[in-house]
Amino acid sequence: MHNNLLLLPIIIPFFAAMVLLFAPKNVTYQRIVTMIALLAATVSAFYMLGIVYAQGPQTVTFGNWPAPFGITMVSDMMSILLVLTTLVLTLFIVWYSFSTIGVEREKFYYYPGIMFILTGINGAFTTGDIFNLFVFFEVFLMSSYLLIVLGGEKKQLQGSIYYLVINIISSALFVIAVAFLYSVVGTLSMADIAVKVAELQQPAILTVIAVLFLVVFGLKAAIFPLFFWLPKAYKSAPTPVLALFGALLTKVGVYAILRTYTLIFVHDPSFTHELLMVLSILTIIFGCIGALAYFDVTLIIIYNIVIAVGVILFGVSQMNTVGLEGAMYYLVHDMLIKAALFMLGGIIVAISGTANLRQMGGLMKRYPLLGWTFLIAAFSLAGIPPLSGFIGKLLIVESGFAANNPWMSIIILLSSLVVLLSVIRIFIYAFWGEEKETATTITSTTYAQQLTPAILLVCVTIAYGVGAEAVAPYMAAASEALMQPQIYIQAVLGGK
Amino acid sequence: MKTNDVLLQFTAKLVFFMIFLFSVHIFMAGHYTPGGGFVGGLLAASAIVLLILAFDLKTVQAGFRINYRIMVAIGLVLALGTAAYPMLDGKPFFTHYFDYFDLPFFGETSLHTAMLFDAGVYLVVVGVTMTIIQSIGEDE
Repeated sequence: MHNNLLLLPIIIPFFAAMVLLFAPKNVTYQRIVTMIALLAATVSAFYMLGIVYAQGPQTVTFGNWPAPFGITMVSDMMSILLVLTTLVLTLFIVWYSFSTIGVEREKFYYYPGIMFILTGINGAFTTGDIFNLFVFFEVFLMSSYLLIVLGGEKKQLQGSIYYLVINIISSALFVIAVAFLYSVVGTLSMADIAVKVAELQQPAILTVIAVLFLVVFGLKAAIFPLFFWLPKAYKSAPTPVLALFGALLTKVGVYAILRTYTLIFVHDPSFTHELLMVLSILTIIFGCIGALAYFDVTLIIIYNIVIAVGVILFGVSQMNTVGLEGAMYYLVHDMLIKAALFMLGGIIVAISGTANLRQMGGLMKRYPLLGWTFLIAAFSLAGIPPLSGFIGKLLIVESGFAANNPWMSIIILLSSLVVLLSVIRIFIYAFWGEEKETATTITSTTYAQQLTPAILLVCVTIAYGVGAEAVAPYMAAASEALMQPQIYIQAVLGGK
Repeated sequence: MKTNDVLLQFTAKLVFFMIFLFSVHIFMAGHYTPGGGFVGGLLAASAIVLLILAFDLKTVQAGFRINYRIMVAIGLVLALGTAAYPMLDGKPFFTHYFDYFDLPFFGETSLHTAMLFDAGVYLVVVGVTMTIIQSIGEDE
C-alpha cells in the first residue's frame, strides 16, 4: 500500500518556492504565499500525524517500483513529529521575519530560500533511502548557504565561507561513506541495508562505516570534537536566519545519527554506542564551557545548542525505550525552545544595540513582558518541572541510570545547572540593574511586532510541557518503533 | 585601437544554430542513447555563451529578452508537475506514463512523460547557467 499524502509537507513548500520565484520584488505577494504554504503544510503534517498514529508507518515508493529498487519515502512516528515541529516553528520564525529581516533581503529571494530549506529538511526527515538523504541534505545546505550570505555584510561573508567549506568537506565524506556502505551491502534503501547488515552480523568494516557516518553527521550536528565551526558560522547570520538554523539544521544531523544508529548499525553497540555516549558527554562538557565563557547573548545561546545535541545523543546511545523516548521529547522541545530563545535574544540585542552583556542593564522597567517571557523560556531550557524541558531530560537521565551509567546521568544533571546559570546570566545582566544609555535600533511598533510571535512560540512550548500527558502516547509510539527496527523494515519491504 | 571581430561574429552566428540544434538532438536522444536534459541544457547555454563572447552581454540580452530566473521557475514547475500528476491518478509520486503513437510525419513513435521531466531539467540548467554567467558578467 502506498500513501502519497505523506509527501505533502515536502511538496507544498517546494511548490511555494517555485511560485515565489516568479515575482521576487513584490514583498506582499511573497509574504502571503509563504504564510499560506506554511499553514497548508502544517495542516497536512498534522493530518499525517493522525494517520501514522492510527495505522503505523506510511510509505510510498516513487515511480510504482517495488520497494528496495525505487526510492522509498517513509513517514513513521519520529519523522512526522519532527516534520510537524519544523513546520510549526518555521511559521513563527517567518512571522518574526516580517519585522526583522528588512525589505532588501525580502526582495532578494529570502522567502524562496526558506521554502527550499523546508523542502530539504522535511525531505531528510522523511526519506528512506540513504543517497536520497544525501540529496535532501544538499537541498537544505544550498538554501542555508543562500540565507547565511544574503545581505552581503562583511561578517556574513566571513562566516559563510567558514560554513561553506566545512559543509562541503562533510558532504564529500558523506558520499564516501555511502560509497563504502554500498560496496559492502549493495543496496541504498535503508530498510534493505538494515536487513543486509543483520544478515552479515555487522563485520568490522561495517563498524568502521558506522563511525564514518558518525563523523559525517557529527559535523552537521556539531558534536565534540566537530563543533568548532558552529559558533563562528552561526554568529554571522541575521536573527531570524539564526533562529531557523539553530532550531533545525543541527537537529537534522541528530536525526540522521538517531536513524542510522537505531535502524542500521545496531549489532555492535558495545563499540559504536559506547563511542556515541562518550562523545555526547564530551559534547555536553565543552558546550557548558562555551556557554559560561562568553558575555555575548548570541554566543551563549549558540553554545546551548551544542549542549542540547549532547543530551539528545546521550539518550540515543543508551539504546533503551526510556532513553529514546526521552530523546524524542527533548528533540522536539529543543527545536521549539531554541527558536524562541534566538528570537527573544534577537529582540534584546536590537533594543540594546549591542550583544555584549556588560553594556546592557535595566531593561525590566521598560520591557517587562520581554523580561518575563525570556525568564520562562530560560527556565524551560533548563528543565524546570512544569515546563517543556523537564520530561525529556528526566527520561534521559533515567535511561542512564537504567543502563548502568550513573555518572554520565549525573553529568547531565549538572549540565542543567550550567545551562540555567548561562541563560540566567543574560536575564540578570540585561534586565536587572541600572538602566544604561542604549542605542535602540527598533521602534515600539516593530518591538510589538517582533515580540508577538516570540511570545506565542513560548506559549507553544509551555503547552508542550504542561500537556506532556497528551503528547506521551505519540512519543511512546515513536520510541517503540525506534527500538524495533522490524516495524520500519516491514513497513517498507512488506511481509518479507 | 578598435578591433574588428567580423570573422568571429559571422562564424558565431552560424555555429550558434548548429550547437543549439545539436543540444535539442542530445536532449531528444536521452532515453535510448547517452544524453538527456542536463547535457542538452549545458550545450544550449554554451551556444548562448558563444554569442556573448562574439558580441557582448547587452547585445545578446537585447536579442533574446529572456528572464532566465523565470526560466528556472518554469522548469521547476514543469518537473514537479510531471512528478506530481500521478498523485491525482492514485498512483505513487513520480510514476511515468508512456505509449506508442502513430504520428503523421515521424511514423510510430513512443512518447514518455519522462521527457516532460527532462524538459524541466533542460530549462533549469539553461536558466541557472545563464544566470550565473550574466550576474558575473554584469558585475563591475
